[in-house]
Amino acid sequence: MSVIAAEALSIGYGSTVVASDIDLTIEAGSVTCLIGPNGAGKTTLFKTMLGLIPPLGGLINVDGAPIGRLKRAEIAHHVAYVPQAQFSEFAFTVLDLVVMGRTAHLGLFAAPRQTDVDAAMSALERLGIASLAERDIRRISGGQRQLALIARALVQEAALIVMDEPTASLDLGNRLLVLDTIRSLAVAGPAVLVSTHEPEQAFAIADQVALLGRGTGCEVGPVDTVLTADRLSRLYGTALLVEATPSGRRVVGAALDDPLSAPSAGS
Amino acid sequence: MRATVPVLLALLLVAVMVVAAGIGPYAIAPLEILGAVIRRAGGGEMDAAETVLFQIRLPRVLAAALVGAALSAAGAAYQSLFRNPLVSPDILGVSSGAGFGAVLGILLGLSVAAIQLLAFAGGLATVAVVATLARALRGGDLLVLVLSGIVVGALASAAISLVKVLADPYDQLPAITFWLLGSLAGVTPADVAAVLPFVVVGLLPLVLLRWRIGVLSLGDDEARALGVEAGPLRAAVIGAATLITASAVAVSGVVGWVGLMVPHMARLLVGPRFDRLLPASVLVGATFMVAADTLARSLAQVEVPLGVLTALIGGPTFVWLLARSRRRHLP
Repeated sequence: MSVIAAEALSIGYGSTVVASDIDLTIEAGSVTCLIGPNGAGKTTLFKTMLGLIPPLGGLINVDGAPIGRLKRAEIAHHVAYVPQAQFSEFAFTVLDLVVMGRTAHLGLFAAPRQTDVDAAMSALERLGIASLAERDIRRISGGQRQLALIARALVQEAALIVMDEPTASLDLGNRLLVLDTIRSLAVAGPAVLVSTHEPEQAFAIADQVALLGRGTGCEVGPVDTVLTADRLSRLYGTALLVEATPSGRRVVGAALDDPLSAPSAGS
Repeated sequence: MRATVPVLLALLLVAVMVVAAGIGPYAIAPLEILGAVIRRAGGGEMDAAETVLFQIRLPRVLAAALVGAALSAAGAAYQSLFRNPLVSPDILGVSSGAGFGAVLGILLGLSVAAIQLLAFAGGLATVAVVATLARALRGGDLLVLVLSGIVVGALASAAISLVKVLADPYDQLPAITFWLLGSLAGVTPADVAAVLPFVVVGLLPLVLLRWRIGVLSLGDDEARALGVEAGPLRAAVIGAATLITASAVAVSGVVGWVGLMVPHMARLLVGPRFDRLLPASVLVGATFMVAADTLARSLAQVEVPLGVLTALIGGPTFVWLLARSRRRHLP
């Protein structure tokens, strides 16, 4: 069952098309990695799928309905957003931030009740950061803030969580922790669409990969068929190799023998 | 603990109001005031002390509480809306517009009620122009809105200066200067009754939308992704805060610092969540203004202008808040 489906989608701002011909279907309980170079339109695609900016062409169906016909709260019931960075001028606590995930479930004039606070606490417990509940969101580590934002997306109870480079600017330990969390989320419930600059992360966690090139459309498919050395080399414009380590993990690196020559396009 | 803070603040406000109502050339003890209020509820003739209390002191104390609560609520709402703790209710030019309306009324020799009405209308009209201008330039852009406010506010200030030049220097100019410095001298029970409904009507949307206003302080994209209609919500908050501020300024003149500083003090007590910040700001603001106005009328033989006093108290207090934030962030 698909939670969101984009067909022949064009995205961009105003009259500037950033990317077009995007066909992307996300199934419940799956992890999709969105990979693309800077400026390819990853964040633009996310904003379009969240209904924050209108599609310039094509369709996005959320749970069978065109996204343009849905109200903000209805979209929020289906798609949750984990932004790349969260800066607040104000000293909200981690718990405050997570409870805000309940907003779409509250009446227009309502404030959260105890059940909403309980839901937020159990999300924090699930992600192992319940001890941070009363801490200032500006005074926790980047990894902890990502987990708090994921907790907020969880209490939103959406079928899809969209994460914009959640591991960017995290140290190694936090990166692995966040990746592990993403993988375990999808097993239990919401589908995850996550953008990353590191193809290796897709090998580690993704069921499906979407490669978004600059002006070359979007290639979507299973990890093994889409994430090839050829495709990655073309995407980033530099010769790359995909190699398996002795333990079976796949890594991507520069093709050192002749770094300047691009591989032939057809092979 | 968290639930007791507003209760304590409310008790403090009542205590400060009772004490303030007793201070003046004709001193009245707090217990006598409470007794008089209870007797008054039963009706009957007023003696001399009661006349002072009900015709002069209590209207002024109530007006001070109302103005302080109004400016602080509007300030708290704007700080959340603009995601900036350094924003005051004047950011969209409401005070300059109200000031222009008032000085125009003084120049034309209108009655006090008409001057207040012009101030109120001037404040509302200025923000309406600012919002329309920002919308025409680039709808929904917060920075364009603020810049439009600065531009239109500057025009209104220039217009005020022009009126000052044209005004009669012996009669009208002192009245204009005094109004622009803010004062509650000469407030009547009728003034309080006229302003109260507007402040209540303006506070109502802020109270009802208290949770969403806090969510909006995360920024438009995040708030919208959380299910908040950011555009209509912002329009509602600007409308409500403008109504509140224009009503307050119409009765008190331009009183600075309160709307900027009080939300900071309230945030120290209850945190930044707007559903908690709003009641705390209202109570702290009312208490602060009653105390400041009581000082203004009792410090010296002549009244110290209220705007001068709030700046004298507000400036150092704000420096203290900033000094605190060297170790911690701004509250």
